[in-house]
Amino acid sequence: MRRSVSVVLAGSGGAGAISAGTMLLQAAGRANWYAYMTRSVGAQIRGGEAAAMLRFDLDPVSAHDDAFDVLIALDWQDLGKHAAEMPLHAGSVIIADPDQGPVPEVFLASGARQIQVLIKQLAKGIPGGRSNVVATGILGGLTGLPLDILTQVCEESLAGKGEKVREASVQALRAGFEAAAALGIAYRLPPGRVPLGASRWNITGNEATGLGAIRGGVRYVAAYPITPATEILEWMAPALARVGGALVQVEDELAAINQIIGASFGGVPSLTATSGPGLSLMTESLGLAVASETPVVVVNVMRGGPSTGIPAKSEQTDLNIALHGLHGEAPHLVLAPNSVADCLFTTGWAVHLAKTLQAPALVLSDQLLGQSRVVLDRPADVQWPCRRELASRPAAGEPYRRYALTPSGVSPMAVPGTPGCQYTAEGLEHNEFGTPSSEAENHRLQLDKRTRKLDAHDYGDSWASLEGDGDWMIITWGSCTAAVREAVRRWHEDGGRARMLSIRLLSPVQPKKFAQALRGVSRALVVEQSHSAQFYRYLRAFYELPGHCDVLHRPGPLPFRPGEIVEQLAGWNRA
Amino acid sequence: MKTGQQTQPSIAHAPAVEPEAYRSSVKPVWCPGCGDFSVLTAITNALAHLQLPPERVAMVSGIGCSSRIPAYTNVFGFHGVHGRALPLASGLKLSRPDLTVLVAGGDGDGFSIGGNHFLHACRRNVDMTYIVMDNQVYGMTKGQASPTTAPEWSGSDLTPEGTGLLAFQPLVIALAAGANFVARCFSGEQANLTEILVEAIRHPGFSVVQVLSPCVTFRPEQRQWKNLIRMAPESAAADLGSAVRHLMEDDGLSIGRVLHRGDRKPFVLAGCADGGLEDLEEGFAL
Repeated sequence: MRRSVSVVLAGSGGAGAISAGTMLLQAAGRANWYAYMTRSVGAQIRGGEAAAMLRFDLDPVSAHDDAFDVLIALDWQDLGKHAAEMPLHAGSVIIADPDQGPVPEVFLASGARQIQVLIKQLAKGIPGGRSNVVATGILGGLTGLPLDILTQVCEESLAGKGEKVREASVQALRAGFEAAAALGIAYRLPPGRVPLGASRWNITGNEATGLGAIRGGVRYVAAYPITPATEILEWMAPALARVGGALVQVEDELAAINQIIGASFGGVPSLTATSGPGLSLMTESLGLAVASETPVVVVNVMRGGPSTGIPAKSEQTDLNIALHGLHGEAPHLVLAPNSVADCLFTTGWAVHLAKTLQAPALVLSDQLLGQSRVVLDRPADVQWPCRRELASRPAAGEPYRRYALTPSGVSPMAVPGTPGCQYTAEGLEHNEFGTPSSEAENHRLQLDKRTRKLDAHDYGDSWASLEGDGDWMIITWGSCTAAVREAVRRWHEDGGRARMLSIRLLSPVQPKKFAQALRGVSRALVVEQSHSAQFYRYLRAFYELPGHCDVLHRPGPLPFRPGEIVEQLAGWNRA
Repeated sequence: MKTGQQTQPSIAHAPAVEPEAYRSSVKPVWCPGCGDFSVLTAITNALAHLQLPPERVAMVSGIGCSSRIPAYTNVFGFHGVHGRALPLASGLKLSRPDLTVLVAGGDGDGFSIGGNHFLHACRRNVDMTYIVMDNQVYGMTKGQASPTTAPEWSGSDLTPEGTGLLAFQPLVIALAAGANFVARCFSGEQANLTEILVEAIRHPGFSVVQVLSPCVTFRPEQRQWKNLIRMAPESAAADLGSAVRHLMEDDGLSIGRVLHRGDRKPFVLAGCADGGLEDLEEGFAL
């Protein structure tokens, strides 16, 4: 029985591939399947290429399979250039419209079978019919999505567009669905299990990040738009207003980080979201948040770099700047979600840690996580206690020590309006009262304090996801985790044994917990999306790795496939 | 160090808060004769005049000699990074509209490294008061040209032939960008400065007060300002056009008058707060 099916719907930008993909994902959810969708889009605002890559599964899914079963193209314009992002296998089919020219050789090289369907003509036969909706019908028919569910989702997505558009779309959908039935091929999934208890959600990583921030208590966001982080802001703007908060679009990233520092100084938990170039601009002021001990959260949705790089595609290469990009010695928090659902948890946790430890927290998401859309079980509620330690009026004659040298390193923070607690938050090195000071001993004491408060905190089990068993271990982080997780599952199903460690708390480092997680490990594989193996170098710098340690690393944007990782383990077996 | 020595937070039935209550015991780093001492006094006088409880006032600054001012007050302060005082203050005021927010700094901080924020703070019109102590020089780094330095000034080793750059007209820019209250003052005219600061703080929206504040160390010729400054003509404040014309034609030394009082509505955030987390989550249900 088939458990999973993977399809690509592609066309030039504006042809509607992404919106069709979104409809298919929603329909899959309604059919009680789990589903996962990523997109590949070019740099052009309109035009260029666009592909929705989908996987439907009977079990929760958060990574693509090794290859796609069906590729349907509305046209071929620039698609061939990006064939590496949509690998096919010998059993795949390519559904092509002969009116759109020949299938590029690069796709046929996989051995996939070519089937011709006059998609555009089918659409033209229906007044107002659109090719992308016909293609949606074809993919629905091939994968076993019920037509009534597809129709319902299609109608919902066109609500308000008028009866004519609705009717045309329903007809186009049916035409595609019937055309699929006539093809004599099928990649049908059996009906999904009806969820027990918890409902399912349709959510992107960027939306989950926004929700996690609000669940964590964020009520003020200042930001400057940047791909691929903008959807966080687009989701949060109305959402914050509904819970009594606000989002402000500001003039640049320098303003964004400083506005949220100001809001947090005022006692309102605050956040900004950006991508690499924006993070670069923010680093000076992140140091200010460290020195002044002002809690803020910066979500960095990584994209290909350096410079403008590849704005709409993923890479895990801001690890170095996130860990080491601040000048001086500036202890801060760096966290990374490792699935779409975990964007919610990790962002909430980052807000909580920033508040508790009065330090900036960086959350490293990436384009692959942020712009993935998934159908998943509703993530569990996590209650984050608001833990900012507040100062109250000191005894008469006692001055307020904003930066008091406490055993924990955390000093009660006064919110403006608290009588008797006026102080100046300082970016200059300062003494316990906040008065600027360049004395050597004072500098050492304040550095100690700012380091101590992060190092002494108990981060519990959430510092990493540790799964599986055996004396081989795959160590990874962020968006690579999904492929590793699936590889470990396959390895176990084939009778092998391996563990996965996905590090969620990248800074401060947790050497004791790491050593415990690696107890009994004889061989390790590090998996990361970076040309220079930034993550492996980080592990080497801070942790004890086993003598046998291999690294599977490459630059973005091609995500790792579970099969590549399994192959690595199989290679060890053969050796 | 700041001490909790200010008097009662509520002024309704309390004795008056004296200007000294807004001062801290931290000794300024400024040179003897620096104009900023006088600005500090004018600020504390203005706060006392307004009888604002010190804990309800925040003073935000960037980097430079004048930006050291928050530590010398007994209100809540934030001494941030170079050029970013305005956004930091905007975030504070927008999220805490109950506070009175002052922003202080110099010409380099505000018009060079922070120039972009100056433009957008004028446009945004958040209700706060920006006090720029303008001495036409970078004092903290020992005397380089700033955006308001005259093009022929050759007193710096970095620009021995002068900058050759046109001096920046902060108040014209402020008016063009939408600042809601604009005035120029002189640190040596403390009573006038206090009066205008009181009005600037009271005026809704973004108020810009440029204060000519001599740097006697790196621009000793500014000692002469006290002989050269004069009251701006009344006609300068008649309307926006007159104000701009006056500023463009002026030598920069006419002071003492509010040149523009706008009635633009200050930028505020209006959350509707009509839902809870459950409502947000509802949007993700299949």
